[in-house]
Amino acid sequence: MKQEPIIRCRKLSLWYSKTQALKDITIDFYPNSVNALIGPSGCGKSTFIKTLNRLNDLISEVRTEGEVFYRNTEIRDPGLDVTDLRKEIGMVFQKPNPFPMSIYDNIAYGPRTHGIRNRSELDDIVENALKSAALWDETSDRLRKSAMGLSGGQQQRLCIARAIAVQPQVLLMDEPTSALDPISTAKIEELLSVLKEKFTIIIVTHNMQQAMRSSDTTSFFLLGELVESGNTEQVFSHPHDKRTEDYITGRFG
Amino acid sequence: MPSSKTREVSISALLLAVTLVCVAAVLLITVYLMWAGLPAISEIGLGNFLLGKEWASTSSNPKFGILPFILTSVYGTFGAILIGVPIGIGAAVFLSKIAKGPVKRILTSAIDILAGIPSVIYGLIGMLTLVPGIRKLFGLPDGASLLAAIIVLAVMILPSIIKLSAVALDSVPKEYEEASLALGSTPMEAYLHVSIPAARSGIIASIVLGIGRAIGEAMAIMMVSGNVANMPSLFGSVRFLTTAIASEMSYSSGLQRQALFSIALVLFAFIMIVNALLHLILKKGKKHE
Repeated sequence: MKQEPIIRCRKLSLWYSKTQALKDITIDFYPNSVNALIGPSGCGKSTFIKTLNRLNDLISEVRTEGEVFYRNTEIRDPGLDVTDLRKEIGMVFQKPNPFPMSIYDNIAYGPRTHGIRNRSELDDIVENALKSAALWDETSDRLRKSAMGLSGGQQQRLCIARAIAVQPQVLLMDEPTSALDPISTAKIEELLSVLKEKFTIIIVTHNMQQAMRSSDTTSFFLLGELVESGNTEQVFSHPHDKRTEDYITGRFG
Repeated sequence: MPSSKTREVSISALLLAVTLVCVAAVLLITVYLMWAGLPAISEIGLGNFLLGKEWASTSSNPKFGILPFILTSVYGTFGAILIGVPIGIGAAVFLSKIAKGPVKRILTSAIDILAGIPSVIYGLIGMLTLVPGIRKLFGLPDGASLLAAIIVLAVMILPSIIKLSAVALDSVPKEYEEASLALGSTPMEAYLHVSIPAARSGIIASIVLGIGRAIGEAMAIMMVSGNVANMPSLFGSVRFLTTAIASEMSYSSGLQRQALFSIALVLFAFIMIVNALLHLILKKGKKHE
């Protein structure tokens, strides 16, 4: 039985004032999968995922066309409450960006924003989020210490924990390991396979091995176009498009 | 012909000399205030001087208690901070995070102009609008009061609070706000719960600077506060540490004159404490980064 897609995108185009950054993107993402977006820098991958949580709203003069649905909600709807949308679709950024406050307050920030004040409830959320992000063992005795004292890899896992503390359905990750060392990267890749049991993950990456190792589907973007999208194994072993083959074999980009 | 090396050395010596002028001025003022201010304190007695509630410098049985001045300065400054800080931080958030393009330019230059207006003009406008306004609004015989002085001071400290807080808010990494938005906060929640705490040390420094300006102000508040040496009350006519010196210096003599220097010494001590506080905060802020 085929599941319903959790995100359904039809002919999505996007312009930054007059420059077109996305061209007719049509793609589905299914629940509980890891979906890698690959492609050279500036090809629209980050722009695309920021469309999904409407973070592109921050940039003036952005215009979109087409359809993007999260379940039955049209994401592009100007009347949509973006705070509700972002509660469902969380994001982890390229550079670890913990708030300059304690580890506990970082994780509790989202739940507090959404109205949870009960102390023991917050304690549970913080503990569970840190456990899910494989950070609990390293931080359980220093929850009140500043998050800025953590290593880069720990900070990024903290950001993952912070994102999942609001219990989203989808996690967007914008090159989450590009600023990290190989060991921290391996830890986060390991985490992906566990996290997909609860979440749908869409991850932008420049690392071919990472896409191959840890994703179920791979989509190749080039100059704002979605060139090819499919099962990761198939895309890497038998790419349909010559441009995909050239990119994954390292001939350009 | 002197070599370029000797020229370099002599120029840097000259620069050192002009810098030393500043240091010398500070030292000179400190020493002079001690020398001029301490005799009266020892004659009156430190307790009588600082805690005495009555200042009657020209009566036949003169009293030199400056508690009214100290309390007025403290209350006045505190009141100005109470009004000025929320307005200042609010304006700083608007300026740094919300205002764009021409609105931002106009606001920025308005605040710069506000900072440059001479204090006597603040006093003049306060005297002509605020004092009669307070008199009518509260049905008082005279509107010249601590309240009028607090309002004038609050406006006067706004520019430094706004400018420094806005600079601190500007330097909060955009990533913090993005992270907050991505978690489903509204922009206002992001500013309140992330940006302002992240800019905390700069904002506190701006407040301390405002305190320094409020404590040291004389001219503007002299014109709106009635200038009578009462114990402070919000609607009563009051006299500050600064205005106590300014209003009697021209005709003072003997112990009275010496006591005015003692007041200056107390004022100086206040400013020193505020400065030390500022240094402490800035140092602590650096450590956290």
